[in-house]
Amino acid sequence: MFGYDINWSYVLILPLTGGTLVGVMFLVWWERRVLGWWQDRLGPNRVGWFGVLQGIADGIKLFTKDDWVPPFGDRTLFVLAPGIIAASMLMILAVIPFAPELYVVDVNIALLWFLAMSSLAVYGVLLGGFASNNKYALLGSLRAAAQMVTYEVFMGLSIMGVVIHAGTFSLVEIVDAQKDLWYIVPQFLGFVIFFIAGLAESHRLPFDLPEAEHELTAGFHTEYSGMKFAFVMCGEYVAMIATSCLITLLFFGGWHAPVFLDFDFVPPIAWFGIKVVFFIHVFILLRAAIPRPRYDQLMSLGWKILLPLTLVNILATGLIVGLTRGF
Amino acid sequence: MTLDLVLFWIPGLVAIGATGAVITRKNASRALIYLVVSLLAVAVIFFMLGAPFAAALEVVVYAGAIVVLFLFVVMMLNLGRSSVMRESRWLQPGMWIGPFILVAILAVVFAYAFANIDGVDTKGEMVGPRAVGEALFGEGAYLLAVELAGFLLLAALVGAYHLGRRYLEERREQP
Repeated sequence: MFGYDINWSYVLILPLTGGTLVGVMFLVWWERRVLGWWQDRLGPNRVGWFGVLQGIADGIKLFTKDDWVPPFGDRTLFVLAPGIIAASMLMILAVIPFAPELYVVDVNIALLWFLAMSSLAVYGVLLGGFASNNKYALLGSLRAAAQMVTYEVFMGLSIMGVVIHAGTFSLVEIVDAQKDLWYIVPQFLGFVIFFIAGLAESHRLPFDLPEAEHELTAGFHTEYSGMKFAFVMCGEYVAMIATSCLITLLFFGGWHAPVFLDFDFVPPIAWFGIKVVFFIHVFILLRAAIPRPRYDQLMSLGWKILLPLTLVNILATGLIVGLTRGF
Repeated sequence: MTLDLVLFWIPGLVAIGATGAVITRKNASRALIYLVVSLLAVAVIFFMLGAPFAAALEVVVYAGAIVVLFLFVVMMLNLGRSSVMRESRWLQPGMWIGPFILVAILAVVFAYAFANIDGVDTKGEMVGPRAVGEALFGEGAYLLAVELAGFLLLAALVGAYHLGRRYLEERREQP
């Protein structure tokens, strides 16, 4: 209907979802392994070659664990919450183009879809903590709600610079517009803010205050066990992958090769993959390198520094684009 | 019945059912979740009517921000069994008389409208983000409305800051 670009790529939904879930399984192992390497220890190296099969072992363990639902909580919401987290994060992948013709849909609101889905994930976190009826879980989900709603604002505003440059919300067209110049150059400020907001949205370290182990046991997912816990973790890792994909698409030219490199034999999807894997590693490295800020520091960084900076960025970008191309 | 019409009816019925549940649920957090479902259903209808931008903003702004803040407050107050009891006291059968009369008036208007309009066209024109932007900030009549909304929001922001500041100062005086 209405000329939405629907093509054969609906077939992609199943392998994409399955592949991402398997990818998450290996990513968990790889993250622990790389963290071990950076911190001068071994990490999981027992199952399979160099511990490759650790993810599968973890999966089997999680499947066979006691699936406990707290009798003092709200049963329906407790079961619903991990599903909301994992599903809303997986939905983001629907609009991500991996190569010029390789995407599920290319809608002209793809960026807004990403923002919408990542904002729906807040419900999973909120309801999970609320339904647990446990003070640490409740504190964790209150933190998560405030943090995610706050950083959503800058996340949305920081990509507006890219939208002004490209003149569209469609991710395919945004990537095409970066053929000659990646948006990291004119939109460096936007990139920095988007990156920080992406960290806070996926509540990865150093911004994992909703689940800070030292203060809140495990925050909003304290009461979760077995596969429900696996779904919560899966949501977090998919969020990391999706944010890396978005950074690649918005600021680093998606599937385009660097302008100074003339490697025609490398397929576009490989460039995309290399960039995404690089940003996933940056996420992991930050986890290893930076300590967690205090909660009020996180909030004042957001509202007092990032918000004014984003607004200045939008104003300046609008002015420059308007002056160079005519208002 | 064509496929388009079926696709229109499903989210429509979901929206009506969820909105009814928002009113009748006694547990505030459940009511808010039904409100989110209702907003999502309305967003789907917007999308099918050819307004993807409005649909996305419905999810981002209403479902993703405003109702989250409602839920945040409900969770902070930690409304327990007592509020459910109070709510069930409010939702007595006698309470429904007033709303019923209002709905009946609306239903008459609706029935009249349905009787006089034949063949409602659910196929709208596709309105992309660019068209929305041009309508809001272009040479149209909406620019004034946008500016007025901006003034109103700024006033609300300043007001909220003022109220919050007084509270903070009062608290600071009592160590």
